[in-house]
Amino acid sequence: MSRIYFLEAKTEFLKLMRMRAYVVFTILFPLMFYCFFGLAMGTQSANPSLPPMARYLLATYGAFAVMGVTLYAFGVGVAVERGLGWLQLKRASPMPPAAYFFAKFAVSLAFSAIVLALLFGLGAVFGGVRMPVSQWLALYGTLMAGGTPFCALGLIIGSLAGPNSASPAVNLIYMPMSICSGLWVPLQFLPRIMQNAAPLLPSYHLAQLALAVLHAPTQGAALEHVQALAGFTCLFAGIAWFANSRESEKMYG
Amino acid sequence: MPVAELQYVTKNYGPVRALQGISLAIEPGEIVALLGPNGAGKTTAVRILLGLAEPTTGRAAVFGHHPASQFARVRRGAVLQVAKVPETLRVREHIELFSAYYPSPLPLAQTIQAAGLKGIENRLFGELSGGQKQRVLFALAICGNPQLLFLDEPTVGLDVEARRGLWRGIRAFAARGGSVLLTTHYLEEADALASRIAVIAQGRIVAQGSPAEIKQRGSAAGLEDAFLAIMNESEPSLEEVL
Repeated sequence: MSRIYFLEAKTEFLKLMRMRAYVVFTILFPLMFYCFFGLAMGTQSANPSLPPMARYLLATYGAFAVMGVTLYAFGVGVAVERGLGWLQLKRASPMPPAAYFFAKFAVSLAFSAIVLALLFGLGAVFGGVRMPVSQWLALYGTLMAGGTPFCALGLIIGSLAGPNSASPAVNLIYMPMSICSGLWVPLQFLPRIMQNAAPLLPSYHLAQLALAVLHAPTQGAALEHVQALAGFTCLFAGIAWFANSRESEKMYG
Repeated sequence: MPVAELQYVTKNYGPVRALQGISLAIEPGEIVALLGPNGAGKTTAVRILLGLAEPTTGRAAVFGHHPASQFARVRRGAVLQVAKVPETLRVREHIELFSAYYPSPLPLAQTIQAAGLKGIENRLFGELSGGQKQRVLFALAICGNPQLLFLDEPTVGLDVEARRGLWRGIRAFAARGGSVLLTTHYLEEADALASRIAVIAQGRIVAQGSPAEIKQRGSAAGLEDAFLAIMNESEPSLEEVL
């Protein structure tokens, strides 16, 4: 039984690793943005109260990268496999349904681990970011765990979008959400109205949590952000479950 | 006991009456062809027997169990009308994963041999021709060493050679004692493979029998004329229903 879960995850990993679009969008893009905005600014601070940009953006582009990895793996992955009939063949087989979702989750973790390792390497080698090992690890762990609500959000997209509309749908949610949460540019530089609306977004809470690990100035207590992320996870998972059961009734029922 | 059975099954999708009371039994070792035009209800019947859809009324069973039960799942395989499967996986990787779902799968080499995939097992799915892709889907259907196969229009869009290749695979499966339910709108395919043909139109079975018996119904030279004759006969009754 555990062999199915392992093989399913391994196969999913190989599948994505060989898809050029996935690797470019989820690994290359965040690294490229970090080079442009993080490394180019280097040790400068955008504002005397903020840490150097290379350090600050390590947290926010880390969140950006983890979001991309999970939203594409779940959102586009499920939508394409559901829309084009592949998922039906699996549903008719003896595959335990949980194995399918486990594989997507495990692979999201694996790709998050890869992109974060590369991002941290860039920050340490070219951005002059220095901190104790325990802090590096805390940031790594926070960002990895922070991908969970976006798995559920991706699942909503995957359950509702068609195979061709899934990718634009992910972009339409992913990009604006990242900007409005201060992942590209620190929140302090956004219009007041966007700053006030940011707490409605899960990505805002993940970024605040990651910044707190770096001892950068944040809004609200860490525990509140953890609670918010847990709340978003439950909310999204509930909606995904509802969307999925409605969809299967329509298609399979 | 039949290996798969539909008893007085109806299936409505909203106002659409896809199946209007179908009874069909597949006996061990039989190849049954469900023959009918597009939209006749062939795929719906298969979906119900695969546990992907529940009948509105009536009963469906596979090996005496519910079609969605694990008991049924591990004893059957299927080729569905799949538009696309992950293209960045190798043939071997697809088969290895699917084999792992079953308690006693065929050895990998045997599946590859039986599906005619020797020599291309390390190619990516996306690099294969249409016929080769269909053979991979056939490999996924047989890799679990099932006793029963559901093949939903398995040769649509294939050239003659690829079609004949798949037919050989289906015959070999049946020769080992396996049962097959095949849907098709190619009369020639039903004639070449099936021991029994059930003609389906507008959600009803309008004729059933051996290929020879079906041909006699039309008093005509070929199966095609017989098929058209049956379709014409069944039309008045359908108008009454509507």
